[in-house]
Amino acid sequence: MQTFLGPPQLPSDDKRWKIVDATARRYGREPHALIETLHTVQESFGYLDETALRFVAATLRVPLSRVYGAATFYHFFSLKPQGKHTCVVCTGTACYIKGAPALLSAIERRHGIKPGQTTPDGELSLVTARCLGSCGLAPAAVMDGAVLGKIGPTDMLARIQKGMHP
Amino acid sequence: MTTEELRKIAESEREAQRRFPHHVCVCMAASCQSSGAADVLDALKKEVVESGMRNEVHVKGVGCMGLCSAGPLVAIETEGKMYAHVTHDDAPEVIRGLDTGAGGDGLKELSAGDAFFRRQKKIVLENSGVIDPERIEDYIAHDGYFALVHAITELTPLEVVQQVLKSGLRGRGGAGYPTGLKWSTVAKTGEQRKFVVCNADEGDPGAFMDRAVLESDPHRVLEGMAIAAYAVGAQKGYVYVRAEYPLAVKNLKTAIRQAERLGLLGNDIAGSGFSFHVDIRLGAGAFVCGEETALMASIEGKRGAPRPRPPYPAQEGLWGSPTLINNVETFANVAPILRHGPEWFSSIGTEKSKGTKVFALAGQVENTGLIEVPMGITLREIIHEIGGGIPSGRKFKAVQTGGPSGGCIPGEHLDSPVDYESLARVGSMMGSGGMIVMDETSCMVDVAKYFTDFCRSESCGKCVPCRAGTEQMYGLLQKIAGGQATQADLTLLEELCDLVRNTSLCGLGQSAPNPVLSTLHYFRDEYLEHIEQKRCRAGVCPCSTTPSAPQKVSQ
Repeated sequence: MQTFLGPPQLPSDDKRWKIVDATARRYGREPHALIETLHTVQESFGYLDETALRFVAATLRVPLSRVYGAATFYHFFSLKPQGKHTCVVCTGTACYIKGAPALLSAIERRHGIKPGQTTPDGELSLVTARCLGSCGLAPAAVMDGAVLGKIGPTDMLARIQKGMHP
Repeated sequence: MTTEELRKIAESEREAQRRFPHHVCVCMAASCQSSGAADVLDALKKEVVESGMRNEVHVKGVGCMGLCSAGPLVAIETEGKMYAHVTHDDAPEVIRGLDTGAGGDGLKELSAGDAFFRRQKKIVLENSGVIDPERIEDYIAHDGYFALVHAITELTPLEVVQQVLKSGLRGRGGAGYPTGLKWSTVAKTGEQRKFVVCNADEGDPGAFMDRAVLESDPHRVLEGMAIAAYAVGAQKGYVYVRAEYPLAVKNLKTAIRQAERLGLLGNDIAGSGFSFHVDIRLGAGAFVCGEETALMASIEGKRGAPRPRPPYPAQEGLWGSPTLINNVETFANVAPILRHGPEWFSSIGTEKSKGTKVFALAGQVENTGLIEVPMGITLREIIHEIGGGIPSGRKFKAVQTGGPSGGCIPGEHLDSPVDYESLARVGSMMGSGGMIVMDETSCMVDVAKYFTDFCRSESCGKCVPCRAGTEQMYGLLQKIAGGQATQADLTLLEELCDLVRNTSLCGLGQSAPNPVLSTLHYFRDEYLEHIEQKRCRAGVCPCSTTPSAPQKVSQ
């Protein structure tokens, strides 16, 4: 039998946990702050691991199953660490009809990864976005935060190369 | 804050702006930013200081100017000039041009008389590309917040509802439910606690209207929400916005803080005793959360699974309280309606669809970007005049509206007017406003497959017809695209569409078959070609092995 005596201890003295705890506190540790708190974890750590899920469950006093349920339901959250570099290819309708599939297959051929995968050396992750909202620049991609518009497969591979080995 | 005080702020802001003979505006919306607008803004500011024109030239970052494909865009407001594809190296030339009046030889100038700008009518986007979205004073100087203060100090909530009802405004999220009716349902409930929610979970691939409005003119949405809250008697509001729109979230947060500081949001607005607080909730990448009951579940911190209606959110919404949910664009229309009167608004548009609609025009057209057109304009005018037609002399094939819930409209219906009823009649829907133009390099089976793939992965999994049905539909479409299907598969696909449409729980499942049904209706011959001849005329599908088939162009 578990008794709740105030909020749980932070998992470690990593400062990032304080940021996560601050978000929970701002919403009064109410269960409805679940998604906001998960956002903060993802922003601070890059992904959600078991320690984080357990901590969020304890601090908001919701069952771990509900935290896991939300974390896996929403595409934005990732339960796996991302590679050192991330390439996001937009697969919105405009990008799709203007050549996003060619970008994806070029990356797959060169680096051997499909959307959602990371290279075995942990260097590059390939992600697809539903729509970046840069339809005027279709096809669009994002390499480590920099948006690349009207990009073809050759340029795409060159930019990835440049991003990984500057 | 009274009207008088508001007027004072507006006057001093206008005065401050009038001191500068030249105004240079740089588009700082997401699309232009990704092509380097921030560098251009910095270079222009630096150039102004270096050339000693600090007191003559005012350089500011503004919201979306619309023609995203020509970005970064720089407008010289005072001279009515606009430059396209500006780089930071162009800064000296832009500033020098101001002085001499001529100049700009090395710059690509767009004329404001361009059909792209001429054929538009701006209500929602009237401040977009004009004001600095990060300064509330600029919004007030453009008549902002006057409608809110007027409404809460001089009108009764019932009068506000009646004005919106009379204007004929309909929901801009896609379904087109009369906004005034929704407001009056919420207003009539006897509950004490009520909520107003702004649906900014713009999940349709190929749609970015709401993002542009939030990025370029966030105060207008907040003003609309506050007016709605006063009309229905709500005390708390949420903006549910996609986490994928960081700039929109940032501008919205700034706007809320500024409005609270001036007492235009928060407790006791304009000394009327009316209080309204707004909070932001971030979506987390689930398309189904655009559906209102799923959206509410997500705000409550749960998985975004829809529930059956009734009860409608207007009766039982967030935490069981009556909740008014409107789209970003709907709220953005509210302040102008109160300011100019409902008669003015209802004089624009068609008999049943009033006002304007913002579209995100993209795909295979010359001019891609954000447009606002009066209801009733034809698709042909949008694509061939505003959009500038199809590039590289290729042939128009179809225009897709409504995203994964809409359909593909072929050339023979290009003269159909754009309003809620006409688009539904030709098998598509208004949707939130994505408009993707396709030419002969797109295969219609492939497009249907693309949208079905989208729906199948976005299905929340709660009801079987949507979860399993879209999966089976996708399988059949894959079979057709791969050239392994038979006539029986086509019949099965049609039966399945009918089943998914009629038995799914929410709008996502009910409309998921639309892209398949509309392409089957207008482009059946393409499906038959895939089945009988194992041929894809666009050369996109895996079945096309003929080397002579034209290859899909990747750029």
